[in-house]
Amino acid sequence: MIKLENICKNFGDLQVLKNVNLEVREGEKLVIIGPSGSGKSTTVRCMNFLEEPTSGHVYINGTELTSKNKTKIIRESISMVFQQFNLYPHMTVLKNLTIAPIKLHHKSKKEAEELAYHYLDVVGLRDKAHVYPSTLSGGQQQRIAIARALCAQTKIILFDEPTSALDPETIQEVLDVMIKLAKENITMVVVTHEMGFARQVADRVVFMADGQIIEEGTPEHFFTNPESERVKQFLGKIIR
Amino acid sequence: MSGILSLRAWGKVWSYRTTFALGLFNTVRTAVFAILIALVLGIIFGLMATSGKKILRAVSRVYVEVIQNTPILLQTCFLYYALAFSNHSIGIIMTGIIALGVYTGAYMAEVIRAGIEAIPKGQFEAAAAQGFNYIEKMYYIILPQSIKIILPPMVNQVVNLIKNTSCLYIIGGADLISLTYSFVTGENTGGAYAPAYLISGFLFFIICYPLSRTASAWEISLKQREARLND
Repeated sequence: MIKLENICKNFGDLQVLKNVNLEVREGEKLVIIGPSGSGKSTTVRCMNFLEEPTSGHVYINGTELTSKNKTKIIRESISMVFQQFNLYPHMTVLKNLTIAPIKLHHKSKKEAEELAYHYLDVVGLRDKAHVYPSTLSGGQQQRIAIARALCAQTKIILFDEPTSALDPETIQEVLDVMIKLAKENITMVVVTHEMGFARQVADRVVFMADGQIIEEGTPEHFFTNPESERVKQFLGKIIR
Repeated sequence: MSGILSLRAWGKVWSYRTTFALGLFNTVRTAVFAILIALVLGIIFGLMATSGKKILRAVSRVYVEVIQNTPILLQTCFLYYALAFSNHSIGIIMTGIIALGVYTGAYMAEVIRAGIEAIPKGQFEAAAAQGFNYIEKMYYIILPQSIKIILPPMVNQVVNLIKNTSCLYIIGGADLISLTYSFVTGENTGGAYAPAYLISGFLFFIICYPLSRTASAWEISLKQREARLND
């Protein structure tokens, strides 16, 4: 479904990704963990060309992603949920959810709104349809952002640290929505520090450090018997 | 004859009121078309300045810097005489419209660039991640948010443009300033300096002042709105 082949990414002199190879199967829930600055976010951002790799290839459903075809492929296949939510502040929640379906997926206003209400139900915020994002808590905004991603009805959703900007008491409501999604046949790539979530929903966990994939495996393998010292060190610090 | 309190002088201005009306009409007409040109240029070069393409950014930069760092009088003369001596004269009003439009366009471009750059990067990324192309992203997501930031300084540029129609004087224009000057120095009409310039200034004021007020009011309501959102 998603394939990264020899991806390198430089920001000026800084090499952020060093030859990353990664494949994500259809329907798979892949969780990427690792210390900050390890290149996890850059890796997912390469999957929808928010960052164009300095070298290497990205394939989505077998088609190579290029700067020419990215708009079309993203529109059809990939959605994203950001750390900072990035809802459109000048639109109501309903408008946030329907703008892309109406303008990009050529749905009628009625169809788009039905879809929006359906996914507002999924994230439990139907009553917020007509308010502006700035009136919502962080957790609510992120649930709306997830609903917005779902409204595109793409097979792939990328989550870039979706709970890192949230108050501790609102993290769980967002995780609960994501756990619910994980039961669907959506391909999810999640960058997170939430080890409980990783353990619960991941089919596979990838550990990154210094721009490279250090180790990958099932959650059981990871949390009980990791091979690399680097992973043991990291998990030792993060799980207490 | 020239005193502010001279009834005769005021009477003279009144009897030539059509001259002032014509000047005002020419100034407004020039300004309206020049504003349209300035808006179009401002949008095009403002978008170029914020695009990802280096060459577009460079072209926009050159336009803005050249126009902002040379006098508008020079630009007007250059356009008028260059065209006149190459036998492509387009007339004074047209020259004024183009010169003022191109001049103000450079300032509009900067206003629009600043307005776009004030929008958080996350908005651009969210739009790109949904599959909006450049035009759609700007039209649906970015510009509706920028417009509130752009409008107040843009109105100020419109006010400047209206006042700058006075530069048509240098190429023998028939705008308000030029006609006022001809009036006060004319053989038959000369002398009523103070009343003539007061009236001329008053006419500029009644057009520009409401625009400036509107711009300030927008700015204040924008700030209040932001304060509310940040609560």
